[in-house]
Amino acid sequence: MTPPDYEYLRKLLKDHSGLDLSADKQYLIESRLLPLSRKCGLPGISELVQKMKGGSSPLIAQVVEAMTTNETFFFRDKVPFDHFRDSIMPEMMKARANRKSVRIWCAAGSTGQEPYSLAMSLKEMSAQLAGWRVEIIATDLSQEVLEKSKAGIYSQFEVQRGLPIQLLVKYFKQNGELWQIGADIRAMVQHRQLNLLHDFSQLGAFDIIFCRNVLIYFDQDTKINIFGRLAKTMEQDGFLVLGAAETVVGLTDVFKPLPDKRGLYRPTGARATIAPAASAAPKVAAMAGR
Amino acid sequence: MKTCLVVDDSSIVRKIARRILEEMSFQVVEAEDGVDALVVCKRAMPEAILLDWNMPVIDGYQFLGHLRRMPGGDTPKVVFCTTETSIDHISRAIDGGANEYIMKPFDKGIVAAKFAEVGLIELMEPTA
Repeated sequence: MTPPDYEYLRKLLKDHSGLDLSADKQYLIESRLLPLSRKCGLPGISELVQKMKGGSSPLIAQVVEAMTTNETFFFRDKVPFDHFRDSIMPEMMKARANRKSVRIWCAAGSTGQEPYSLAMSLKEMSAQLAGWRVEIIATDLSQEVLEKSKAGIYSQFEVQRGLPIQLLVKYFKQNGELWQIGADIRAMVQHRQLNLLHDFSQLGAFDIIFCRNVLIYFDQDTKINIFGRLAKTMEQDGFLVLGAAETVVGLTDVFKPLPDKRGLYRPTGARATIAPAASAAPKVAAMAGR
Repeated sequence: MKTCLVVDDSSIVRKIARRILEEMSFQVVEAEDGVDALVVCKRAMPEAILLDWNMPVIDGYQFLGHLRRMPGGDTPKVVFCTTETSIDHISRAIDGGANEYIMKPFDKGIVAAKFAEVGLIELMEPTA
C-alpha cells in the first residue's frame, strides 16, 4: 500500500466512523480490506482506493464496515469445526482406513484463518492420525490475500476472536503485537490461486470441501454451476461444508443437507447438468462491476 | 443470573467491563485489588472472574493462586484481562489455573468470544 493510499483511507475512516488509526496500522488495513477488494473483483488496495475516489458511496460504506467489524476469525462460527472434529474426521478415518489419506479443500481460504483452524484441529488429533497423510489446499482469487495467508501473521485482535488461548500459546509465535502461526502448521497448508468461476478439476478429487461465505456473492445460476462442479470434484462419500447463511436447498440436487448437522452436505450421486465452467466467465465482469 | 467479579485497579476499566458484562446479562461485582477480590470470593463465589494482572497489594496472578486453594475456589471461570501480553505471562496464567486470557485493549466482541470459549455464555447464531 502506498503512503498516499494509507493517508486517504486513514482520513476517510476518521471522517466516516471515528476510527482513528495511528501511522503504523497498514497491517490492519491490509488484513481487513484485502478480502473486501477480492469480493469486489479488484486485485488490491490501490485499485480499491481508485474506485473509492471515483465516488462509489456503497463501496465506501463497505470499507468502513470492513474496518470496524471483524469477519475473519479462527474457528469462525465454531459449529463447522466441531462437526469436523466430531463427525467428519471420525467418519473419514473409518472410510479411508486402507488408504490412510484425506484431501481437504478450503475453497475460500482467504487470509488463512479457516485452513489453519483445520490444521490445528488435525494437529490436536495427531495421535489418531499417526501414519495418515492429510492434505489441505487453500485457494483464493486474490494473490495478495494468499500471500497474507502464507505468511500466517495476525494482529492481537485477530487472534483473540475464536481462538482458544491454549491453541494460541501452543501453535503461535509472538512478535511484538503480531502473532505468527508456527512453521509446522503453515507447512500443512498448500496455497493456490484460483477463481471458482473457472475450471478447478486440476486440483483433483477431495474428501472434504469447505466452501463457506463465498457463494453468497454469486448469482443463482453461478451457484448452481459451482455446486455441480464441486460435486464432480468430490468423492461420493465426501463432505461439503457451507456457511451458516448458505444452502443447496432449492438450487441443486447434487448435494443434500445432513439432518441435525447444520452446514454439512453430502453428494447425492445425482448427475448435474452443467455448462462448462468457461460459460460462467461473463459473471466475473458482472462481479467486478458491483 | 450469573455473577462476574471484575478485578482491576482502574475504575475506568471496571466501568467499561461492567457495561459490557451487564449487556451480556451478568450481575457485576467489583474489586480494586486482589485482597478485595478474595474478600468478595469468601463471601460468595462468583461464576466468573475478569482479572487484571498488575494491581497493588496482591496482583492478579497471586490472587489466582489463593483462589484456587480456597474451598470452592476451583469453580469460577477465571479470564485474565491485562496489558501483559507476552507468551510467558499467558503460559504462567494458564498453568496457574486461568481458563482464558484477554490481551488489552479489549472490546465486547473479545469478552463475548472468550466467555463463550469457557462455556459462560452461548454465542449468538451467526448471521449472513
